[in-house]
Amino acid sequence: MAGREAYITGIGQSEVGIRLTRSPLLLTVDAVREALAEAGLTIEQIDGVATYPGKMASFLGFSPVSADELIEALRIRSKWHMGGAELPAQLAAVASAAMTVKAGLARHIICFRTVYEAAALARPEEFPPLNRQFVDGPSQWVAPFFAISAANWTAQYAMRHMKRYGMTREQLAQVALNAHRNAAINPKARAIVKEPLTLEKYLSARMITTPYCLYDCDRFTDCSTVIIVSAGDALDEVKCKPIRIAAMAGSVNRYSWDQVEWPASYETGEDLWRRTDYRPKDVDTIQFYDGFAFLPITWIEGLGFAPRGEGHRFIEGGHRIARDGELPMNTAGGQLGAGRLHGFGFAHEAVTQLRGKGGARQIPGDPRLAVATSGGGPMAAALLLARD
Amino acid sequence: MSTPRPRPKLDADNRAFWTGGAEGKLYIVRCGDCGQYTHPPKPICRHCHSENVAAAAVAGTGVIDTYTVNHQPWLPGLEVPYVIARVKLDGVPGVYLTTNIVGCKVDEVDFGDRVRVTFEEQDGIWFPLFERVR
Repeated sequence: MAGREAYITGIGQSEVGIRLTRSPLLLTVDAVREALAEAGLTIEQIDGVATYPGKMASFLGFSPVSADELIEALRIRSKWHMGGAELPAQLAAVASAAMTVKAGLARHIICFRTVYEAAALARPEEFPPLNRQFVDGPSQWVAPFFAISAANWTAQYAMRHMKRYGMTREQLAQVALNAHRNAAINPKARAIVKEPLTLEKYLSARMITTPYCLYDCDRFTDCSTVIIVSAGDALDEVKCKPIRIAAMAGSVNRYSWDQVEWPASYETGEDLWRRTDYRPKDVDTIQFYDGFAFLPITWIEGLGFAPRGEGHRFIEGGHRIARDGELPMNTAGGQLGAGRLHGFGFAHEAVTQLRGKGGARQIPGDPRLAVATSGGGPMAAALLLARD
Repeated sequence: MSTPRPRPKLDADNRAFWTGGAEGKLYIVRCGDCGQYTHPPKPICRHCHSENVAAAAVAGTGVIDTYTVNHQPWLPGLEVPYVIARVKLDGVPGVYLTTNIVGCKVDEVDFGDRVRVTFEEQDGIWFPLFERVR
């Protein structure tokens, strides 16, 4: 029933930089062009567009481009488009596109995430910062206490892990150390990471919000990442090796960062394995959302690679998650090493590795199965990606 | 912290929470039918879906479930470090508040510390902060 399957075909990415001057719409077009070229598709064959979180007028740097604008700019004849933040985390846009092609509403959907947060800081008159003087919605329950950043919100769960399960800073550090090692050989990360990171440097870095130091928090970046999702019965139009979306999952049950007992990565992880015959032991590489260093540990536990409360021991020393380890993680450098691409970078890198196109950072063997995730606070999404 | 606190927009749902401090009371929405609490406040009980809900004064004491010491000045002039905590309220099962722990040094705060609400007023909003009970 290939017609009922959804595949990732083309992937593309613009320049990744800090304070880029090229417009965010044109960065998106750059990523679209690369993805189309890889898939061997033309823009006339695209009949859908999906994005997360949709254009945010109040916070343009966070999301400066709408699906509508891309449709208009490239003269896409869209049969189904969508863009919104009310989804279970960033990669839910890709999952929604997969549902759309499975339902037969479109054949090839461009999914994009464009971020412009570094440029916005440099050009506040064009891209005004979020007004923090007045708050409503979920932020009213945290921001008045100067718990401004998701760093503060997720750090408290990391602190709890230290208290309950004995996680140490040396164990937590492996997420950032691994990310920096991989970013160092990723040509796309050259503008983001300039120097190698050592444990000594990590431990002496300035603290942001305990237990997170500077290297545990991702860095504002300007970039667009595109994932094209194609219907199984449209693969004869595609030139690249298709990657099947073998399972997908997402969840949110409290949309409150401080009322959840466990981050949504746990529930989402359990759901993912209910929807496939693959098991964690079959996975060749993990690409886990690391906007903050503790989040991949929740994904390692949530997806059952380690029991709950033992994720930090799983990554201890860093060997297991290294490129030549048993379960290579965040091989492009993740967001801690290669910039805040905001979720889509993990699917992009999973596909790159499954196609054997990682270049210097290509993992050994013949990787056929990867997990890519996004989110990890009250909302989360996971994709299981297979090369058949 | 001399920087003004980000100010919630008052509405029918949240007014009691953000202004209860004027009477020295911490209000959480409670269901008149099943007796359970709903926070953040809503005009419906999230447990039994009854609309017979109203803000009820709670004890205003609790324990520190978890916390973080923030060192980053997120806003201009923000004085650091300060403690952000998730407080588990006594007698209000399942409800946590994000807050600041005040009145002590940041390195004195620990998991499980008993705390009591104290209000900081700023232009008609009464921010519920917590201090350790000695």
